[in-house]
Amino acid sequence: MQVEETVEKKYHQNGIFYPSEKVMLDLRDLKKIYPTPKGDYVVLEHLNLQILKEEFVTIIGHSGCGKTTMLSMIAGLNVISGGNISVLGNPIKGPGPDRGVIFQAPSLMPWMTALQNVMLGVNRVFPHATKGQRKDIAKYYLQKVGLELAFNKKAAELSQGEQQRVGIARAFAIKPKVLLLDEPFGMLDSLTRGELQDILIEIWNKEKITAVMITHDVDEAIFLADRVVMMTSGPRAKIGDVLEIAFERPRSRKAVLDHDDYYKYRKHLIDFLEH
Amino acid sequence: MKQSVAVNKSEELKVAGMLKTLLFKINFTLPRLDGKGLARNLLIPVVSIILFIVLWHFGAKALFTIEADYKIQKALTEQGQVAADLTQACIDSGDISCQPNTLPSPAQVWASFNTLIADHKVISADKLAFREKTAAINEKRIAQGKEPITYTGRPSFVDQIFTSLKTVFAGFVLAFLIAVPIGVIIGLSKTLRNSFNWLIQIFKPVSPVVWLLLVFMIVKTMTKDSNQDSAFIISFISVGLCAMWATLVNTAMGVSSVDKDYINVAKVLKLGPLQKVFKVILPSSLPLIFTGLRITLSVAWMVLIAIELLAQSPGLGSFVWEEFQNGANDSNSKIIVAMFVIGIIGFLLDRIMLIIQNTVSFNKNATA
Ligand SMILES: Nc1ncnc2c1ncn2[C@@H]1O[C@H](COP(=O)(O)OP(=O)(O)OP(=O)(O)O)[C@@H](O)[C@H]1O
Ligand SMILES: [Mg+2]
Repeated sequence: MQVEETVEKKYHQNGIFYPSEKVMLDLRDLKKIYPTPKGDYVVLEHLNLQILKEEFVTIIGHSGCGKTTMLSMIAGLNVISGGNISVLGNPIKGPGPDRGVIFQAPSLMPWMTALQNVMLGVNRVFPHATKGQRKDIAKYYLQKVGLELAFNKKAAELSQGEQQRVGIARAFAIKPKVLLLDEPFGMLDSLTRGELQDILIEIWNKEKITAVMITHDVDEAIFLADRVVMMTSGPRAKIGDVLEIAFERPRSRKAVLDHDDYYKYRKHLIDFLEH
Repeated sequence: MKQSVAVNKSEELKVAGMLKTLLFKINFTLPRLDGKGLARNLLIPVVSIILFIVLWHFGAKALFTIEADYKIQKALTEQGQVAADLTQACIDSGDISCQPNTLPSPAQVWASFNTLIADHKVISADKLAFREKTAAINEKRIAQGKEPITYTGRPSFVDQIFTSLKTVFAGFVLAFLIAVPIGVIIGLSKTLRNSFNWLIQIFKPVSPVVWLLLVFMIVKTMTKDSNQDSAFIISFISVGLCAMWATLVNTAMGVSSVDKDYINVAKVLKLGPLQKVFKVILPSSLPLIFTGLRITLSVAWMVLIAIELLAQSPGLGSFVWEEFQNGANDSNSKIIVAMFVIGIIGFLLDRIMLIIQNTVSFNKNATA
């Protein structure tokens, strides 16, 4: 009884604690303060979250609650005001190729071709491979995202969807341990979005990496995730609730939609967001 | 001899080829001519040019009459009726010795243009003859380790144009070599930017004349013992210093305002500093750098004329100045010819820069 109570308490205050050998990403008592002219603005406080190896976690929360802030801190692009973040037990020091990022805007270098954009990261991560080998790696991932005919197209000439495909290829090609995605499909039409979700899941599954993805779309959150993490509204946002999605993989969109649990999950998330 | 002619020929061919591609590219950027477009893009400019020439013609005529009347009046009050009549007759006869000195008419300017071209032909024939005559002697002199005899005659108008182009090109290259690297360095560091800003703000508005004097003080001393062409050195350095600021400021701005997304990508991919600069920062600031270079080139061309005029270094500027001092009968119309040539060359230089800008930068729609 006693034990259960403390676990229960920990769950609400700090999220769940898993055995360390299973944990890929560990956010402990994370805090973020933005100084503003009107005084400090505390975006995140007492935020605890553990993400497991080979897990796919989606994050939902109200606009402005601090999701991007949290993700960019994990990526090492944003300084940590308090607490710490570790990857496989090692505290992070700035950005690194062990954590790939797919941004909301594709952020390709428009003056480079699709291939050159992917090569940019590959060259850095595999400096000892021959040029041909590196090219093969880049081409492999571009093929994976369905761009085998656009290797030598300038990024500026690609459509939004194609650009985001290159973004995915670029992120996977540096073989990260963790892939961080900030609303990567937010700007795409629903058809393209579905296609890219499938591609993402396929490569994620094959590469056996950990993925953390922010989304505004509840259906997307359920379809992709092993766990959906819900953040409370800011300021001083933290993890409000975590929902395990028990659907078997590989998932088909139709099977998921037809499943009885789907509506329970959906209701849970929407209740959280609306309360 | 034969060989040199052959070289000239192939050289000419090369230049012709370059011109052709250039014209093609300029053509390419011209708006399409169809129906309404034809009227708007061809007819209106032609009409406006004709209108301009007509206005100029009548304006010049009016000024001519005022000047002539004044001259006759002066003769009348100072020397009496006979002198006035003589002056009148002289002016009417078109004798160049007594024409009133005023704004030349379009026809006079056109005539001067032809004179200048004819003059150029004479001088180049003269030069060629000189070269043929001295070829053998020069060969011997070179073999003996002496300086070859060079042509020291008066340069033609076309020669002056090329001298000016050479100077402006040298100045532009100097500006490029100074402004782009410094701009990149300043752009990369906020501290440097803040500490150099006042310096840039102070030097940017300094007049070409002051730069010229400054450069003159330094170069004069430094080239004292050598027989280098110090006028050329002084003018191209002054041109470069005057014109480089736009490039400096634009480069710094371009480098400092690279899209944050690109910087984040560079960080996530852990690009080294050199790779970051050459693969991300420089390419993404190219459009702004080129905007700066375009301004630099047009400023360089503009101040060049003033600097040549002051520095007495050969070129279009000194041509204008000499003609002005010369005060010969067709000096005024020669000055106007120079004005048009300066304007047209300035325009062409800007077009060339625009074409280069459009080919190298990913942002394909730089505006004119
Ligand atoms: N650099 C900054 N300086 C000050 N305040 C900031 C800064 N960046 C973000 N904020 C504030 O922090 C809060 C969280 O921002 P964040 O971008 O992380 O939200 P988000 O959850 O990603 O929102 P959205 O869902 O709209 O993308 C917002 O209120 C925002 O205004
Ligand atoms: Mg966000």
